[in-house]
Amino acid sequence: MPKKIVFEGKTEYLQVLDENGAVDKTLEPKLDENLLRKIYENMVRARVFDRKAISLQRQGRCYTYVPTEGQEGAQVGSALALQKADFGVPSFRENAVYLARGVSMEQLFLYWMGNEEGSRMPADQNNLPVAIPVGSQVPHAVGIAWAMKLKKEKAAAITYFGDGATSEGEVHEGMNFAGVFQVPCIFFCQNNQYAISTPITKQTHAQTIAQKALAYGFEGLQVDGNDVLAVYAATKAALEKAYSGKGPTLIEAITYRMQAHTTSDDPKKYRSDEEVEYWKKKDPLTRFQVYLKGKRLWDEEYEKKVQEAATREVEDAVRKAEAYKPNPEDMFTYLNAELTQDLKEQMQEMKKSMEG
Amino acid sequence: MELNLVQAINQALMQEMERDASIIVMGEDVGRDGGVFRVTQGLLEKFGEQRVVDTPLAEAGIIGTAVGLAIKGMKPVAEIQFDGFTYLAFNQFISHAARMRNRSRGRFTVPLVLRAPWGGGVRALEHHSESMEAIYAHVPGLNVVIPSGPKEAKGLLISSIRMPDPVIFFEPKRLYRAFKEEVPEEPYAIPLGQARVAKEGSDVTIVTWGSLVRTSLEVADSLKEASVEVVDIRSLSPFDEKTVLESVKKTGRAVIVHEAPRTGAFGAEIAARISEKALLNLEAPVRRVTGYDVPIPLAKLEDYYLPDTSRIKKAVQEVAAF
Repeated sequence: MPKKIVFEGKTEYLQVLDENGAVDKTLEPKLDENLLRKIYENMVRARVFDRKAISLQRQGRCYTYVPTEGQEGAQVGSALALQKADFGVPSFRENAVYLARGVSMEQLFLYWMGNEEGSRMPADQNNLPVAIPVGSQVPHAVGIAWAMKLKKEKAAAITYFGDGATSEGEVHEGMNFAGVFQVPCIFFCQNNQYAISTPITKQTHAQTIAQKALAYGFEGLQVDGNDVLAVYAATKAALEKAYSGKGPTLIEAITYRMQAHTTSDDPKKYRSDEEVEYWKKKDPLTRFQVYLKGKRLWDEEYEKKVQEAATREVEDAVRKAEAYKPNPEDMFTYLNAELTQDLKEQMQEMKKSMEG
Repeated sequence: MELNLVQAINQALMQEMERDASIIVMGEDVGRDGGVFRVTQGLLEKFGEQRVVDTPLAEAGIIGTAVGLAIKGMKPVAEIQFDGFTYLAFNQFISHAARMRNRSRGRFTVPLVLRAPWGGGVRALEHHSESMEAIYAHVPGLNVVIPSGPKEAKGLLISSIRMPDPVIFFEPKRLYRAFKEEVPEEPYAIPLGQARVAKEGSDVTIVTWGSLVRTSLEVADSLKEASVEVVDIRSLSPFDEKTVLESVKKTGRAVIVHEAPRTGAFGAEIAARISEKALLNLEAPVRRVTGYDVPIPLAKLEDYYLPDTSRIKKAVQEVAAF
């Protein structure tokens, strides 16, 4: 009996806007002016927020922070493709996702300044709080999508994770469930090249992360993650597929973490300045600026306005977040639906020890 | 030479790796980066990529493969980056590392060491400040060690590496660079299962481990009205009951101090041993000064949770005056 091929797969790469801002007309999504501006303004907001948070951390006004710079295209492009009913299930670097989905800067600062209250997502928004154990949130998105399917809702879940997370068992298990149960879930992997110091080449021997989807029986594609139009288009297509019952999609967004892993990390230990410079040229904001300019949607005056608005917003948010005083009793309040007798006593004990 | 905790552990790893070619250090960012706390700094340069391995980001994978490496004669010293990420590997510990010797009737053994930064006090993000040592000490077949300073750490890590069975070695991260002390240059082993009387006293015994040994010593040194003995138990498993009981029989009073949540923690085990074997020597009820039964809060409220000198002092005074 001759051997025969039982499986063949291919993985596509999508880029709409190249690093110089030149657009592929055949692939260009037709977005209205308001949305194009909204995309740009959200990328600027995210960057202004990010730089402020790093500077506050340096001044001791904010604790360990996880920077987003360089990944605004991937995060804003995907987040703005979502509808309100769609559920966001981020990891810990998704500041730009939260901001684009309507979580306030004040809320994010509360979190990074070490307050549990920062994880209280607004009641009218469908986002889970930050999940820190790498990849552990991925099955939650699958469960949420599964519930959407059971409830016959026209909505999808999107979960964010990095290249490092694809080594975790829970990510594999989540994707496998999604394939088996054909749930409306998007797996949005931001391949930013590093898991702290570990480069993608030491994370997987596979050529792409996107191709892993094929093994779970659904589609995977690569996009230029610094091309916000490609990210938007790919996410929209995956959402349409999800809404119409055609199952999950894995999107691998190729991007780069311009800053340290966290403010506790020193990237000079594991990557060269040349490499960082190389990626700087691929910046998602710069090329989108060029694109907008070509459409006469961007000029210096507009830029100034956008920057000023973001700066005002960030300053206002810092002031509010720094004025917030957490209540120590809250460490007990939310643990269970009702405070147990033990916890009531421990809360009293804590209050007594506060009095000294 | 005077070393801090990071340097002392690093020295122990260096010396043991020189002694035993079967040792491999593995984990996330332990090689090129030298570990996120720099504990494994310089090992890659000295011992190469075969023995100092940056693994994929997968805790169950790290411990699962370490089990296999150990079975096949290697000595893995695996690092999990933070205490709160060891849970991902918990199944490998409870189901395999701890039981393989027993399951195979001694044919296969798992002499691996897990090193992980442990405990609170550094204003970290969620899952970076955990002290869940009791759940590991509860697993039959696992050894659990928590040093209280650089000198202790070096000797205890060397013993852990030389153990023929799995050891969980938790490193109090808030002590990493908190202080330096004289650490002998030559390798030395502090046997596991031997508690240490860190300070002698006659009125009240404080039983504790990890970073709170230092905090308890501060209380003992500053307290005028009672003479306090501090017992650093060093290894929760094997547990040195004898030293604890001898001290409590002498003082008649015990305060158990740990930063883990109270219920079901290792302090409860110590209290049970005291009540089983030294009840008639007690002059006062055994007291516990611990974290509360909640997840350790984020930075802003962390200090309300962690036992500090004032809480320990108050408990010691009350027990002494009982």
